[in-house]
Amino acid sequence: MPFDLIKNGLRSASARKPHFSSARDLKKHYDVVIIGAGGHGAAIAYYLAKYHGITDVAVLDKAYLGGGNTARNTAVIRSNYLTEEGIKFYRDSLSLFANLSNEFSYNVMFEQRGQLTLAHSDAAIRNFRWRAEMNSHFGVRSRLLDRAEIRELVPSLSMNESARFPIVGGLWHADGATARHDAVVWGYMRGACERGVELHQLTEVQGIDISDGAVQSVQTNRGRVGCKIAVQAVAGCSSLLAQMAGIRLPIKTFPLQAMVTQPYKPLLVPLVSSPHLHVYVQQTSRGEFVIGGGSDDYPLYNTRSTLEQKESLADGTLELFPFLAQAKILRQWAGITDMTPDYSPIMGPSPIKNYYLDAGWGTWGFKATPICGQTMAQLIATGVTPDLIRPFDLERFYRFQALDETGATAASH
Amino acid sequence: MKRLLCPANGYRNISEFTYGGEYRLEPVNSSERDWADFVYFDDNAAGIVFEWWYHTATSYWFVAQRNTVSDEIIRTYTVAEFESIERDR
Ligand SMILES: Cc1cc2nc3c(=O)[nH]c(=O)nc-3n(C[C@H](O)[C@H](O)[C@H](O)COP(=O)(O)OP(=O)(O)OC[C@H]3O[C@@H](n4cnc5c(N)ncnc54)[C@H](O)[C@@H]3O)c2cc1C
Repeated sequence: MPFDLIKNGLRSASARKPHFSSARDLKKHYDVVIIGAGGHGAAIAYYLAKYHGITDVAVLDKAYLGGGNTARNTAVIRSNYLTEEGIKFYRDSLSLFANLSNEFSYNVMFEQRGQLTLAHSDAAIRNFRWRAEMNSHFGVRSRLLDRAEIRELVPSLSMNESARFPIVGGLWHADGATARHDAVVWGYMRGACERGVELHQLTEVQGIDISDGAVQSVQTNRGRVGCKIAVQAVAGCSSLLAQMAGIRLPIKTFPLQAMVTQPYKPLLVPLVSSPHLHVYVQQTSRGEFVIGGGSDDYPLYNTRSTLEQKESLADGTLELFPFLAQAKILRQWAGITDMTPDYSPIMGPSPIKNYYLDAGWGTWGFKATPICGQTMAQLIATGVTPDLIRPFDLERFYRFQALDETGATAASH
Repeated sequence: MKRLLCPANGYRNISEFTYGGEYRLEPVNSSERDWADFVYFDDNAAGIVFEWWYHTATSYWFVAQRNTVSDEIIRTYTVAEFESIERDR
C-alpha cells in the first residue's frame, strides 16, 4: 500500500484501476440478489464470495454505493451493550473491525480510542454498574469511573459542579473505536467485485415476485431480475421493501441528525457520550468535532434537518465542552433510521422462503457491518442460521422475547 | 418551528406534543400473535397516515393526518370526530 503511493505518485498518469465493476447490463437471473448497497449489502456480498464461493451475485441500489446511512453515520464502534446476545454479537464485530484494513489491504482508519459514557444521576450509575458487570463477564473491557478518573482521562471536559446536570461518573469502554465509514463500504465492495460480484447503482427495487411462498424475482426500474435468494439491507426503507414481499415489520423510520464543526488541533482522544444530555461528541482524525444525538421526535421518510435539533445538540455539547462556543458548524445532515422497539436488529429468515432480512439497524448498525455481513452470508449459503444471530430473528417479537438494549443505546449509537 | 393545530388548544409549537403511534384499534378476542402484532408491529407507511398525538402540557389526546414523506400535518381531529368518520367509511 505505501509503496503503491510512492510508485504512482511519481507517474504522470495514474495506474490505478477502478475499484468497482463498471456499469453493465443486468443479467436475467442471479443466484443471489442483495437489495441495498450500503455497508451491510456490500459486506454480505464480500463474505458470500470469499468464504462460500458464491459469486453469481448482484448488489442493487436505487442511488449509489454507500450513500445511505453508511455515508451519514458518526462511526461510533463499541460493544458495551447490556444483553448477553447483544454483547457477544457486537464484541465479535469489533474484532473483525480491528483486522479490516489488513483484510482489504485498504486503510479503513480503525482507531481504538476508547469510549466514555457519562452519568449525571444515580440511576445512570446503577445502569453502568450492571453493564460493566455484563460486559466484563463476556470479555468486553468496560468499567466504572469516578470524577477524578474522568478528569484525568478527558482534561478538556467540563467537570463543573454547578452545571445544570453535573457529571457524577462514567462508563469507560477501552475497546470503543471509530473508523472511516466510506472506506468500510468501499473495501467490502471492491473485494466483492474482484471476486465477480456485480454492483448495479441507480437500480431501484420496486416489487418482489413471490410464488409458492418463495421469492422468484425482483422488479426494478431496469426490468425484472430472477433470483434463487434475495436479501434486503435497506435500513430506513426496511418496512417499504418488506411490504413489497407482504411482510410486516416491528419498525418505525425516524430521522437522525448530526453535524460537524470546523477543524481544531487534536485535543480529544476518546469518544464521549452523554445519554442524559442527548448528545455525543468526538474529534475526527482531521480535527473536526462530530456531534450527534437522539432521533427526531416523530417518524418521517425525509432527510431534512431542523434548527431545534441543532440547538439541542449545541446545547448539550457546550455543557460538556464550553470551549466549543465559538466553533463554526461546517456541515449538518440527517439519515432515516429503522428503529425497532427493543433497539436490537432483525437478522435472519422471513415468512417468505429464500427471502432474508437484514434490518432494524436504527442508530447503531454501522458497528455491526462486519459481523452481520459474515453471519448473514453464512445463513444465505447454508440455509442454517448461525447461533450468534439466532436470537435476533423476526419471530422473537411473536415469542415476546425482545432483546432490550434501550438503556445501552439511546444517544450512544 | 413547525406548528400543529391542537383541537383543544389551537396552534402550538410541535415541541409541545408527543407522537403517540399509528391509529389502529385494539384487537378483540384475539390470539397471542395478534397481540404481538398490535404491540410491536407497524405499517410504517411512506405517505399519508393517521396517528395518535398528545398535547403534553394539557394531557389531551387527538388524531392527526400527516404526510410522512413531506413532513406536513394535513389535518387534526378530536377523537369523537375521527371515530365518527371512521364509522362512516
Ligand atoms: C446521523 C447518523 C448517525 C449514526 N451513527 C452511528 C454510529 O455512530 N454507530 C453505528 O454503529 N451506527 C450509526 N448509525 C446507524 C448506521 O448508519 C446504520 O445502521 C447503518 O449504516 C446501516 O447500514 P446499511 O448498509 O444497512 O444501510 P444504508 O447504508 O442506509 O444502505 C441502504 C441502501 O439501500 C438503498 N435502498 C433503499 N431502498 C431501495 C430500493 N427500493 N431499491 C434499491 N436500493 C434501495 C439505499 O439507497 C441505501 O444505499 C447512524 C445513523 C445516522 C443516520
